Amino acid sequence: MSSSSAVIISHLAHRYGEHEAIRDLSFSVAEREIFAILGPNGSGKTTLFRVLSTLIPIQQGDVQILGYDLRRQPAAIRSQLGVVFQAPSIDKKLTVLENVIHHGRLYGLGGRALHNRAEEMLSRLGLADRRRDLVEKLSGGLRRRVELATGMLHQPRLLLLDEPSTGLDPGARSDLWQYLEQVRDNDGVTVVVTTHLLEEAERTDRIAIMHKGQLSALGTPHELQAAVGGDAITIRTKDAAALAAGIREKFNIPAMVVDSSVRLEQPNGHQWIPRLVEAFPDATEAITLGKPTLEDVFIHFTGHRFWDENDQEEDQPKKKKKH
Amino acid sequence: MATNVQPTPASVPALPVVFTLCERELVRFFRQSNRVFGALGQPIIFWLLFGAGLRGAQVGGGSNLDYAHFFPGTLVMILLFTAIFATISIIEDRREGFLQGVLVAPVPRWSMVMGKILGGALIAMLQGIIFLFLGWLTGALGWASILQTSLGGVIGAIALMFVISIALTALGFLIAWRMDSTQGFHAIMSVFLLPMWLLSGAFFPMDVSGWLGWVIRINPLTYGVAGLRYYLQNVNAIVDHLPSISTCWLVTLVFAGLTFAASWWIAGTRSTGDLL
Repeated sequence: MSSSSAVIISHLAHRYGEHEAIRDLSFSVAEREIFAILGPNGSGKTTLFRVLSTLIPIQQGDVQILGYDLRRQPAAIRSQLGVVFQAPSIDKKLTVLENVIHHGRLYGLGGRALHNRAEEMLSRLGLADRRRDLVEKLSGGLRRRVELATGMLHQPRLLLLDEPSTGLDPGARSDLWQYLEQVRDNDGVTVVVTTHLLEEAERTDRIAIMHKGQLSALGTPHELQAAVGGDAITIRTKDAAALAAGIREKFNIPAMVVDSSVRLEQPNGHQWIPRLVEAFPDATEAITLGKPTLEDVFIHFTGHRFWDENDQEEDQPKKKKKH
Repeated sequence: MATNVQPTPASVPALPVVFTLCERELVRFFRQSNRVFGALGQPIIFWLLFGAGLRGAQVGGGSNLDYAHFFPGTLVMILLFTAIFATISIIEDRREGFLQGVLVAPVPRWSMVMGKILGGALIAMLQGIIFLFLGWLTGALGWASILQTSLGGVIGAIALMFVISIALTALGFLIAWRMDSTQGFHAIMSVFLLPMWLLSGAFFPMDVSGWLGWVIRINPLTYGVAGLRYYLQNVNAIVDHLPSISTCWLVTLVFAGLTFAASWWIAGTRSTGDLL
């Protein structure tokens, strides 16, 4: 895959003081794919985004982006990169068009060519009639579109987005994903997006699941779901540990305790439900059966629930003074 | 891994970057009406207050501590406050996220620093020139004679004001880069910037003896104030204990050069505040 890889990460590690945000991470992103880096808060995905966007320097390991070495040629990478940050990097006091023009100049564009390109991007994103509006007057969805317009203005070959759906309503979210698909199909751009939204990751070509700074799984949404191996059965009970032990003993199948529920993955899950209820009639408060979702995939590969309160380590240096 | 690494392409031309960031500072300034109001109001208020308090005052009989004496110092104070407040907006840029977009753009770091500093310096200059005009107006209206100057003196003063503004905006940049809130800035203001102004010959005369005199002599701002006295007042270098005009220019240029170089350097260091 190395010849057609947009991003190659090998043995990347990053720490903030004592805290290891990324540990020995290696994977590649192919050209022209929409690639999701999925993980809960504290999984290290935002740190990875910062390294890939050249915002923070590499500490350990190697990264190659579009054939350039990130450590030695960050400037070359920057000109090929479109970056959409989670906190908008557009200026609220400027108009939509002013933001786009300023951004273009930062990427070496100018004159007629810049204006034409700016107008083209604005009409592509449905912003043409808002061009004279101050960004601070726009809704979250429209601001995100301005960000996308600036991010794609200089025709980057790789578009990086950090949690792009944050603060978007479902309609705007759907527009965003349609646009990303367009960018991949029509412009041949590779799209790397970090997300903590499981349903969002299902729309991508491939997903890397990160957990505690490491890669837990990598594959297409379909492959990952198939890896769960059957249906997901969740039993709510008072003493999950005892029930899990009982199930393991009686049926000789793996049973996990996840968030004080018992969890099983078995083919033909529907056949297991009566057997389990009959075997442990008093222990079962509620039992659910489902096709594996990405949440099940996450649990399968990490042994943790996706939203686990106790599990949220700091992903970033502590902000001492936040106002 | 490094087998198919490509050669590095030429980077983005720097001057349009300086221009665009500077333009952004000015557009933001003029769009925030409270800032424009403050910028126009401050020189007028200082002009009125100093005019009322010091008009014709001969403190201590025969001393030269009159309105004209305080005029260059007040001018420098206006430059100081405006210049420094213009660049602490870098804290805002960082918190609002604008800065991260610039940091990942393929621009030379110095052009980012220069754009920011030049924008702030021009805003400071705008206020300084308004104050200068008011000083001239006072004389033209016959209220008091503040400026004793020629056209060449005005041009010299404006040129020197510009260098002082660059030095002070760069100083503001240097202080603000590592900060993640504007609150912390007030401490710097009271323990560092205000004393720097007080001890620049703007307030106390140059010939103070002892350690105070030494502080005044090593304070680079002293030479800016003294230089403006040459252009705006009818001074005598010996009587008023002023350094020579060429020393004033040299020190002010070196001051601006060093603060700019330091800002450039510090902008290359990463601070956790980049990571919003």
